[in-house]
Amino acid sequence: MDDFIVAGKHYSSRLLVGTGKYKDFNETSAAIEASGAQIITIAIRRTNIGQSPNEPNLLDVLPPSRYTLLPNTAGCYSADEAIRTLRLARELLDGHSLVKLEVLGDPRTLFPNVVETIKAAEILVKENFQVMVYTSDDPIIAKQLEEIGCVAIMPLASLIGSGMGILNPWNLQIIIDNTKIPVLVDAGVGTASDATIAMELGCDGVLMNTAIAAAQNPILMASAMRKAVESGREAYLAGRMARKPYSASPSSPIEGTLPAQSQ
Amino acid sequence: MIQLTINGQPQYFNNPLNLQQLLEHMLLQNKRIAVELNGEIIPRSQFTEQTLSNGDQLEIVVAVGGG
Repeated sequence: MDDFIVAGKHYSSRLLVGTGKYKDFNETSAAIEASGAQIITIAIRRTNIGQSPNEPNLLDVLPPSRYTLLPNTAGCYSADEAIRTLRLARELLDGHSLVKLEVLGDPRTLFPNVVETIKAAEILVKENFQVMVYTSDDPIIAKQLEEIGCVAIMPLASLIGSGMGILNPWNLQIIIDNTKIPVLVDAGVGTASDATIAMELGCDGVLMNTAIAAAQNPILMASAMRKAVESGREAYLAGRMARKPYSASPSSPIEGTLPAQSQ
Repeated sequence: MIQLTINGQPQYFNNPLNLQQLLEHMLLQNKRIAVELNGEIIPRSQFTEQTLSNGDQLEIVVAVGGG
Protein backbone atom coordinates (compact mmCIF):
# COMPACT_ATOMS: atom_id res chain seq x y z
CA MET A 1 0.00 0.00 0.00
CA ASP A 2 1.19 3.47 -0.89
CA ASP A 3 0.00 5.16 2.29
CA PHE A 4 0.56 8.77 3.21
CA ILE A 5 2.21 8.70 6.63
CA VAL A 6 2.31 11.77 8.84
CA ALA A 7 3.19 11.83 12.53
CA GLY A 8 3.24 8.02 12.46
CA LYS A 9 -0.35 7.64 11.26
CA HIS A 10 -1.29 6.08 7.92
CA TYR A 11 -3.78 7.61 5.48
CA SER A 12 -4.87 6.26 2.10
CA SER A 13 -5.73 9.73 0.78
CA ARG A 14 -3.05 12.27 -0.10
CA LEU A 15 -5.58 15.05 -0.56
CA LEU A 16 -6.16 17.24 2.50
CA VAL A 17 -8.99 19.74 2.34
CA GLY A 18 -10.21 22.79 4.18
CA THR A 19 -13.76 23.33 5.37
CA GLY A 20 -14.12 27.08 4.74
CA LYS A 21 -16.06 29.12 2.18
CA TYR A 22 -18.83 26.57 1.55
CA LYS A 23 -22.45 27.67 1.12
CA ASP A 24 -23.64 25.57 4.06
CA PHE A 25 -22.75 22.49 6.07
CA ASN A 26 -24.50 20.20 3.57
CA GLU A 27 -22.24 21.38 0.79
CA THR A 28 -19.21 21.15 3.11
CA SER A 29 -19.84 17.53 4.00
CA ALA A 30 -20.79 16.50 0.43
CA ALA A 31 -17.62 18.08 -1.00
CA ILE A 32 -15.41 16.50 1.63
CA GLU A 33 -17.01 13.13 1.04
CA ALA A 34 -16.40 13.46 -2.73
CA SER A 35 -12.78 14.50 -2.16
CA GLY A 36 -12.04 11.32 -0.25
CA ALA A 37 -9.95 13.41 2.17
CA GLN A 38 -9.26 11.95 5.60
CA ILE A 39 -7.48 14.96 7.08
CA ILE A 40 -9.49 18.17 7.10
CA THR A 41 -8.59 21.59 8.41
CA ILE A 42 -10.78 23.63 10.72
CA ALA A 43 -10.44 27.11 12.20
CA ILE A 44 -10.91 28.21 15.82
CA ARG A 45 -13.04 31.29 16.40
CA ARG A 46 -14.94 33.07 19.17
CA THR A 47 -18.44 31.66 19.55
CA ASN A 48 -21.31 34.03 18.72
CA ILE A 49 -22.78 35.16 22.02
CA GLY A 50 -26.52 34.71 22.03
CA GLN A 51 -26.55 32.40 19.03
CA SER A 52 -29.41 29.97 18.75
CA PRO A 53 -28.55 26.93 20.88
CA ASN A 54 -29.73 24.65 18.09
CA GLU A 55 -27.40 26.12 15.50
CA PRO A 56 -25.42 23.20 14.06
CA ASN A 57 -21.76 22.92 14.97
CA LEU A 58 -19.11 22.03 12.40
CA LEU A 59 -17.95 19.14 14.59
CA ASP A 60 -21.43 17.59 14.45
CA VAL A 61 -21.21 17.56 10.64
CA LEU A 62 -17.57 16.44 10.50
CA PRO A 63 -17.11 14.26 13.57
CA PRO A 64 -13.57 13.70 14.89
CA SER A 65 -14.42 9.98 14.97
CA ARG A 66 -14.57 9.97 11.17
CA TYR A 67 -11.97 12.54 10.13
CA THR A 68 -8.57 13.60 11.41
CA LEU A 69 -9.23 17.23 12.21
CA LEU A 70 -6.37 19.61 11.62
CA PRO A 71 -6.98 22.84 13.54
CA ASN A 72 -5.25 25.76 11.87
CA THR A 73 -4.05 29.17 12.94
CA ALA A 74 -5.41 31.04 9.94
CA GLY A 75 -5.73 34.73 10.68
CA CYS A 76 -2.87 34.76 13.22
CA TYR A 77 -0.16 37.36 12.62
CA SER A 78 2.19 36.51 15.49
CA ALA A 79 3.69 33.45 17.13
CA ASP A 80 1.84 34.26 20.37
CA GLU A 81 -1.60 34.33 18.70
CA ALA A 82 -0.89 31.09 16.84
CA ILE A 83 0.26 29.28 19.99
CA ARG A 84 -2.75 30.53 21.96
CA THR A 85 -5.11 29.36 19.20
CA LEU A 86 -3.62 25.88 19.06
CA ARG A 87 -3.65 25.45 22.84
CA LEU A 88 -7.37 26.23 22.74
CA ALA A 89 -7.77 23.80 19.82
CA ARG A 90 -6.09 21.05 21.81
CA GLU A 91 -8.54 21.61 24.68
CA LEU A 92 -11.48 21.77 22.24
CA LEU A 93 -10.46 18.49 20.59
CA ASP A 94 -9.70 16.56 23.80
CA GLY A 95 -5.91 16.62 23.66
CA HIS A 96 -5.54 16.22 19.89
CA SER A 97 -2.01 17.27 18.92
CA LEU A 98 -1.78 17.25 15.09
CA VAL A 99 -2.11 20.88 13.99
CA LYS A 100 -1.54 23.20 11.05
CA LEU A 101 0.62 26.18 11.94
CA GLU A 102 0.42 29.24 9.76
CA VAL A 103 1.53 32.71 10.78
CA LEU A 104 0.68 35.38 8.27
CA GLY A 105 2.71 38.46 7.53
CA ASP A 106 0.43 40.62 5.42
CA PRO A 107 -3.38 40.74 5.10
CA ARG A 108 -3.29 41.65 1.40
CA THR A 109 -1.14 38.75 0.18
CA LEU A 110 -1.50 36.40 3.19
CA PHE A 111 2.19 35.70 2.71
CA PRO A 112 3.61 33.75 5.67
CA ASN A 113 5.79 35.50 8.25
CA VAL A 114 8.52 32.88 8.46
CA VAL A 115 10.30 34.49 11.43
CA GLU A 116 7.17 34.24 13.59
CA THR A 117 6.41 30.81 12.10
CA ILE A 118 9.79 29.49 13.26
CA LYS A 119 9.31 31.02 16.74
CA ALA A 120 5.89 29.41 17.07
CA ALA A 121 7.09 26.05 15.74
CA GLU A 122 9.88 25.88 18.33
CA ILE A 123 7.46 26.39 21.21
CA LEU A 124 4.71 24.14 19.84
CA VAL A 125 7.13 21.25 19.25
CA LYS A 126 8.35 21.61 22.87
CA GLU A 127 4.71 21.43 23.99
CA ASN A 128 4.36 18.11 22.10
CA PHE A 129 2.22 19.40 19.26
CA GLN A 130 2.70 17.61 15.95
CA VAL A 131 3.14 20.56 13.66
CA MET A 132 2.33 20.58 9.95
CA VAL A 133 3.68 23.96 8.95
CA TYR A 134 2.62 26.34 6.21
CA THR A 135 5.57 28.29 4.88
CA SER A 136 7.01 30.06 1.87
CA ASP A 137 8.79 28.03 -0.80
CA ASP A 138 12.20 28.95 0.65
CA PRO A 139 14.25 25.73 0.95
CA ILE A 140 16.39 27.09 3.80
CA ILE A 141 13.38 27.97 5.96
CA ALA A 142 11.86 24.58 5.10
CA LYS A 143 15.03 22.88 6.34
CA GLN A 144 15.01 24.87 9.57
CA LEU A 145 11.37 23.95 10.21
CA GLU A 146 12.24 20.30 9.67
CA GLU A 147 15.18 20.54 12.09
CA ILE A 148 12.96 22.14 14.73
CA GLY A 149 10.85 18.97 14.66
CA CYS A 150 7.80 19.78 12.53
CA VAL A 151 6.08 16.68 11.11
CA ALA A 152 5.32 18.07 7.64
CA ILE A 153 6.49 21.04 5.56
CA MET A 154 3.74 22.74 3.58
CA PRO A 155 5.07 25.37 1.18
CA LEU A 156 2.74 27.56 -0.84
CA ALA A 157 2.50 26.99 -4.59
CA SER A 158 1.07 30.51 -4.96
CA LEU A 159 -0.86 32.86 -2.66
CA ILE A 160 -3.66 31.49 -0.44
CA GLY A 161 -6.96 31.57 -2.31
CA SER A 162 -5.36 32.88 -5.51
CA GLY A 163 -5.82 29.77 -7.65
CA MET A 164 -2.69 30.75 -9.55
CA GLY A 165 -1.25 27.23 -9.54
CA ILE A 166 2.37 26.22 -9.11
CA LEU A 167 4.47 29.27 -9.82
CA ASN A 168 7.89 27.96 -8.85
CA PRO A 169 8.16 24.19 -9.33
CA TRP A 170 11.95 24.41 -9.03
CA ASN A 171 11.87 25.67 -5.45
CA LEU A 172 9.31 23.01 -4.56
CA GLN A 173 11.60 20.42 -6.15
CA ILE A 174 14.55 21.57 -4.02
CA ILE A 175 12.41 21.39 -0.87
CA ILE A 176 11.17 17.90 -1.77
CA ASP A 177 14.70 16.69 -2.51
CA ASN A 178 16.12 18.14 0.74
CA THR A 179 13.37 17.07 3.14
CA LYS A 180 12.95 13.75 4.92
CA ILE A 181 9.47 14.44 6.35
CA PRO A 182 6.36 14.82 4.15
CA VAL A 183 6.14 17.87 1.89
CA LEU A 184 2.68 19.06 0.89
CA VAL A 185 1.69 21.90 -1.37
CA ASP A 186 -0.59 24.10 0.71
CA ALA A 187 -2.21 27.04 -1.04
CA GLY A 188 -2.40 28.19 -4.61
CA VAL A 189 -3.95 25.20 -6.38
CA GLY A 190 -6.63 26.42 -8.80
CA THR A 191 -7.68 23.37 -10.75
CA ALA A 192 -7.05 19.64 -11.03
CA SER A 193 -3.94 19.84 -13.21
CA ASP A 194 -2.21 22.00 -10.56
CA ALA A 195 -2.70 19.24 -8.00
CA THR A 196 -1.41 16.65 -10.45
CA ILE A 197 1.71 18.70 -11.18
CA ALA A 198 2.41 19.04 -7.45
CA MET A 199 2.16 15.28 -7.02
CA GLU A 200 4.26 14.58 -10.12
CA LEU A 201 7.01 16.72 -8.62
CA GLY A 202 7.07 14.28 -5.71
CA CYS A 203 4.98 16.05 -3.13
CA ASP A 204 3.56 13.70 -0.51
CA GLY A 205 0.19 15.42 -0.61
CA VAL A 206 -1.76 18.54 -1.44
CA LEU A 207 -3.86 20.69 0.88
CA MET A 208 -6.52 22.91 -0.65
CA ASN A 209 -9.74 24.71 0.20
CA THR A 210 -10.70 27.49 -2.21
CA ALA A 211 -10.05 25.50 -5.40
CA ILE A 212 -12.91 23.20 -4.36
CA ALA A 213 -15.17 25.58 -2.43
CA ALA A 214 -15.05 28.36 -5.03
CA ALA A 215 -15.61 26.07 -8.04
CA GLN A 216 -18.97 26.44 -9.82
CA ASN A 217 -19.70 22.87 -8.73
CA PRO A 218 -17.66 22.21 -5.58
CA ILE A 219 -18.69 18.57 -5.27
CA LEU A 220 -17.64 17.72 -8.82
CA MET A 221 -14.38 19.63 -8.34
CA ALA A 222 -13.74 17.70 -5.11
CA SER A 223 -14.03 14.48 -7.08
CA ALA A 224 -11.74 15.89 -9.80
CA MET A 225 -9.15 16.79 -7.17
CA ARG A 226 -9.24 13.31 -5.67
CA LYS A 227 -8.47 11.83 -9.09
CA ALA A 228 -5.89 14.51 -9.87
CA VAL A 229 -3.93 13.75 -6.71
CA GLU A 230 -4.12 9.99 -7.29
CA SER A 231 -3.14 10.44 -10.93
CA GLY A 232 -0.16 12.64 -10.12
CA ARG A 233 0.99 10.25 -7.42
CA GLU A 234 0.83 7.26 -9.78
CA ALA A 235 2.69 9.18 -12.49
CA TYR A 236 5.37 10.11 -9.93
CA LEU A 237 5.73 6.49 -8.79
CA ALA A 238 5.71 5.22 -12.39
CA GLY A 239 8.57 7.56 -13.28
CA ARG A 240 8.03 9.68 -16.34
CA MET A 241 9.98 9.17 -19.58
CA ALA A 242 13.00 11.35 -20.18
CA ARG A 243 12.36 14.64 -21.94
CA LYS A 244 13.96 14.55 -25.43
CA PRO A 245 13.21 17.89 -27.02
CA TYR A 246 15.19 17.30 -30.26
CA SER A 247 14.98 13.56 -30.79
CA ALA A 248 11.57 12.48 -31.94
CA SER A 249 10.91 8.76 -31.71
CA PRO A 250 7.90 7.24 -33.47
CA SER A 251 5.63 5.00 -31.45
CA SER A 252 4.99 2.67 -34.40
CA PRO A 253 7.66 0.45 -36.03
CA ILE A 254 9.69 1.95 -38.89
CA GLU A 255 10.24 -1.45 -40.50
CA GLY A 256 7.58 -2.64 -42.91
CA THR A 257 6.29 0.76 -43.91
CA LEU A 258 5.01 0.80 -47.49
CA PRO A 259 7.34 2.23 -50.12
CA ALA A 260 6.49 5.50 -51.81
CA GLN A 261 4.56 4.80 -55.02
CA SER A 262 6.20 5.92 -58.25
CA GLN A 263 3.85 8.03 -60.43
CA MET B 1 -23.06 43.03 40.56
CA ILE B 2 -20.09 41.64 38.66
CA GLN B 3 -18.87 42.45 35.19
CA LEU B 4 -17.34 39.81 32.94
CA THR B 5 -15.87 40.47 29.51
CA ILE B 6 -16.89 37.57 27.27
CA ASN B 7 -15.38 37.46 23.78
CA GLY B 8 -14.69 41.16 24.08
CA GLN B 9 -18.22 42.12 25.17
CA PRO B 10 -19.03 43.32 28.72
CA GLN B 11 -21.75 41.26 30.43
CA TYR B 12 -23.26 41.97 33.87
CA PHE B 13 -24.48 39.49 36.46
CA ASN B 14 -26.32 40.18 39.71
CA ASN B 15 -24.91 37.26 41.64
CA PRO B 16 -21.52 35.54 41.76
CA LEU B 17 -21.40 32.45 39.57
CA ASN B 18 -19.06 29.71 38.48
CA LEU B 19 -18.01 28.91 34.92
CA GLN B 20 -20.46 26.03 34.55
CA GLN B 21 -23.34 28.30 35.60
CA LEU B 22 -22.23 30.93 33.12
CA LEU B 23 -22.14 28.41 30.27
CA GLU B 24 -25.61 27.15 31.26
CA HIS B 25 -26.85 30.74 31.27
CA MET B 26 -25.41 31.17 27.76
CA LEU B 27 -26.94 27.82 26.64
CA LEU B 28 -23.44 26.55 25.90
CA GLN B 29 -23.37 23.66 28.35
CA ASN B 30 -22.35 20.39 26.69
CA LYS B 31 -21.40 22.23 23.51
CA ARG B 32 -18.06 21.66 21.82
CA ILE B 33 -16.26 24.74 23.13
CA ALA B 34 -13.00 25.65 24.80
CA VAL B 35 -12.68 28.37 27.43
CA GLU B 36 -9.85 30.70 28.32
CA LEU B 37 -10.10 32.73 31.54
CA ASN B 38 -7.70 35.67 31.89
CA GLY B 39 -5.37 34.02 29.39
CA GLU B 40 -5.42 30.55 31.00
CA ILE B 41 -7.23 27.60 29.44
CA ILE B 42 -9.74 26.06 31.84
CA PRO B 43 -10.15 22.30 31.31
CA ARG B 44 -13.75 21.13 30.96
CA SER B 45 -13.38 19.06 34.13
CA GLN B 46 -12.86 22.26 36.16
CA PHE B 47 -15.84 24.27 34.89
CA THR B 48 -17.90 23.68 38.04
CA GLU B 49 -15.19 24.57 40.53
CA GLN B 50 -14.00 27.62 38.57
CA THR B 51 -15.52 30.69 40.22
CA LEU B 52 -15.74 33.93 38.27
CA SER B 53 -14.84 37.35 39.68
CA ASN B 54 -15.56 40.92 38.74
CA GLY B 55 -13.37 41.99 35.82
CA ASP B 56 -12.63 38.49 34.52
CA GLN B 57 -11.90 38.20 30.82
CA LEU B 58 -13.26 35.10 29.09
CA GLU B 59 -12.77 33.77 25.60
CA ILE B 60 -15.10 31.01 24.44
CA VAL B 61 -14.16 29.40 21.13
CA VAL B 62 -15.64 26.86 18.73
CA ALA B 63 -14.50 25.08 15.59
CA VAL B 64 -15.60 26.72 12.35
CA GLY B 65 -14.93 26.03 8.69
CA GLY B 66 -11.47 27.08 7.58
CA GLY B 67 -8.65 26.23 5.23
